[in-house]
Amino acid sequence: MPRPSFQTSKRVGLGKFYIVSFKGFRHEAESLSSKGEAMQLQIDQEKRERTIRTLVVTPITLLIMISGFLLLRDIQMSQILTTLFAIVWGTVSVLALFYSMNLIVQLFPLKKYNKIIPFVFVGPAILIMGWYLLIPTVRSVYLSFMNRNSTGFVGLENYHYIFTDATMRTAFGNTVLWLLFGTAFAVLFGLMTALLAERSSIEKLGKTLVFLPMAISMVGAGVIWKFMYAYKPLGANQTGLLNALVVTFGSNPKNWLGSAPLNNFFLILIFVWLQSGFSLVVLSAALKGVPDEIKEAARIDGAGEFTILARIILPSIYGSIVTVSTTIMLAALKSFDIVYSMTNGLYGTEVLASQQYKQMFKFLDYGRGSAIAVVILLAVSPVIYYNLKEFNKREVF
Amino acid sequence: MKKFSKVVLFVLVLLLVMQGVWAQGTKESAATDKTIRVFGAFRGEEAARFDEIIRIFNEKSGYNVVYEGSPEFETQILVQAEAGTPPDIAALPQPGLMNKFAQNGYIKPLSAEVVGMIDANYASVWKDLGSYDGKVYGVFHRVNAKSFVWYPKKAFEAKGYKVPKTWNELKALQEQIVKDGGTPWSIGFESGNATGWVGTDWLEDVMLRTAGPEVYDKWVNHEITFDDPAVQKALGYLGEIFLNPKYVYGGATNILTTNFGDAIKPLFETPTRVYLNRQGNFITGFMPQTIQDNLEAEVGVFALPAIDPKWGTPILGGGDQFVAFSDKPGVEEFLSFLTTWEACAPWAQVGGALFPHKTQNLADYGNAIEREIAKMLVDATVFRFDASDLMPAEVGAGSFWTGMVDYVNGVNAKTVLSNIEKSWPR
Repeated sequence: MPRPSFQTSKRVGLGKFYIVSFKGFRHEAESLSSKGEAMQLQIDQEKRERTIRTLVVTPITLLIMISGFLLLRDIQMSQILTTLFAIVWGTVSVLALFYSMNLIVQLFPLKKYNKIIPFVFVGPAILIMGWYLLIPTVRSVYLSFMNRNSTGFVGLENYHYIFTDATMRTAFGNTVLWLLFGTAFAVLFGLMTALLAERSSIEKLGKTLVFLPMAISMVGAGVIWKFMYAYKPLGANQTGLLNALVVTFGSNPKNWLGSAPLNNFFLILIFVWLQSGFSLVVLSAALKGVPDEIKEAARIDGAGEFTILARIILPSIYGSIVTVSTTIMLAALKSFDIVYSMTNGLYGTEVLASQQYKQMFKFLDYGRGSAIAVVILLAVSPVIYYNLKEFNKREVF
Repeated sequence: MKKFSKVVLFVLVLLLVMQGVWAQGTKESAATDKTIRVFGAFRGEEAARFDEIIRIFNEKSGYNVVYEGSPEFETQILVQAEAGTPPDIAALPQPGLMNKFAQNGYIKPLSAEVVGMIDANYASVWKDLGSYDGKVYGVFHRVNAKSFVWYPKKAFEAKGYKVPKTWNELKALQEQIVKDGGTPWSIGFESGNATGWVGTDWLEDVMLRTAGPEVYDKWVNHEITFDDPAVQKALGYLGEIFLNPKYVYGGATNILTTNFGDAIKPLFETPTRVYLNRQGNFITGFMPQTIQDNLEAEVGVFALPAIDPKWGTPILGGGDQFVAFSDKPGVEEFLSFLTTWEACAPWAQVGGALFPHKTQNLADYGNAIEREIAKMLVDATVFRFDASDLMPAEVGAGSFWTGMVDYVNGVNAKTVLSNIEKSWPR
């Protein structure tokens, strides 16, 4: 009969291994009742050793963490040295932190240990997420009730402003345009390309072309499309593609971005150009998942192509359409880069996100900026909630 | 226990290394203390010329001053100041920004020594612009003056046009140019995220000429409303030019889509179709290279003529003021260096800069045009800082810009001005 392996429990640092070996040990300890006393002695020794180890390791961990922090805070080194040091220090302290926390929790009896340990391991991540997401959110809500310097309470004044100011009204209207048309066109265009590409001989090429713009950042797209919409007076060389075409066909050049509400659609077009690739890829994958047997059966039953599309294909990929729509909707709600780089909100193209940026960082009105942020958050919430519910249904999590 | 002791050994070694790094770092930080970071908005050619000035200081003093420019300066400097990581020195384009920083205690008032240098080297208006609540914070170095009209000298003279001395002469000149088949003005408002500032400069210049400096100051401080009749009157003068498609190259639409730097270019195309561009002294840097090489022969300049003889031809201008965020050694030395003509002469020789120093030697300017402008600036009885830079950001960097764009885009004057008035923070 083998001796229970103490060696294992000595070596491990992480809880999972520890539990396994400890359990094994207990199990075997019961069957070895004759050597019970010697066993007890060894358990005691084991415990003592663990306590000593905990007492040594924990202070060292704290020392590493604190001294590294102080070091990084107080001194100036060359960038490479700082980076290298930060990587080594960061990795070592995270490892040491988990190691010593596990040691501490190991001092408790097994039952308690099993209850505590999940929190110890997930806790830091939740704390950091809370620090980065929850606190800023709460703070934004708080600041939205304060004045511009956050020095005094002003009640609902900021909200009154954002719902009555003329520019803000334009921003609300345009954001709705972005949400409706940006999302609808991006999804429709993606779906159409996906459906057509499936039946075309140049499926890969076509899809690649539609997908390519996905790789371009929004600001980058703005710069590119500036050249598309560029305006020069009649008689000068047209540098904009659109105006060059217009002039070739004998018409006067137009300032595409100059007059509302049409200019919003020219901006939304850029968004659609960028996002269609995303909806194409997701919907195309979903289409491949629709079983050919059902389609074939429908055809044999005499259904036309349109009926098959409406009654079979679309219902089958409904979930994917919802996911794509909500994701694009979120992107449209946050769309700031395109407006910022193309018109900076001039000529009635302001949207909520660009107004938030201006109020916060240009006019330094933290109250108004936060109030707009809160409104955007509230507008996003139902979409995210719905999305999560859909995810849950399909057990993504 | 073997493994465990290995871990302890590793940790001890790590601590030792850290100690070593610490010592190394402290040594290095003592060495890098000589570095002084200067942060500003200007980049490219201008930054390169400023670097030359810095080089003189660095060689003389042994400090290591480093300049960095960013197109997002106005946003960045706020973020850095609020985050507690400001540069040592910043070049602030707006006195309003300086006031805000001074109010919040971010920047350090200058020592009596530097203030003495400022008194000795500048007219009092520059000291006032750099002061907040009785304390002096800012040092001006390179400034700009904006009340100038540029014209292509050869074509202008070939047509027999004369430089207008009064607003009526300017009007007659405009008519004459149209009659000859040309277009008087080339105007460009486009300037990325600051689109519209050219229009605010125009309005400010005309305000100074129709209402005078006192009303101008009241307007800046919101002691009169933004839609006051005086402002409406000034805007009316602009409308006569901006909204007349015969007077502006490409018409109103082209004003909005043309970059301010590109607006000077049609003046030097052959055959000449456009003759006038109102812009600050810095526009010479945007002229085609062949023109820049023969500036004196190719380019003519005159001050925007007086409208009401009572107010003459005031000069409108602006400039970056250097303020200290830290009291590191070398910061004050650098700021007092900037007050001396020694820190300006090399740049004046290369061109593209204008200095307000009353101790300056006009002969140092590299070309006759800049010498002339510098003389106009130093001699001007009335100098006023760019109003949009003095107004609160909501107006000066917001609704005033967009308002001028709206006006050119066809919105009527009353609506434009009352919208700006409504946006003034209370």
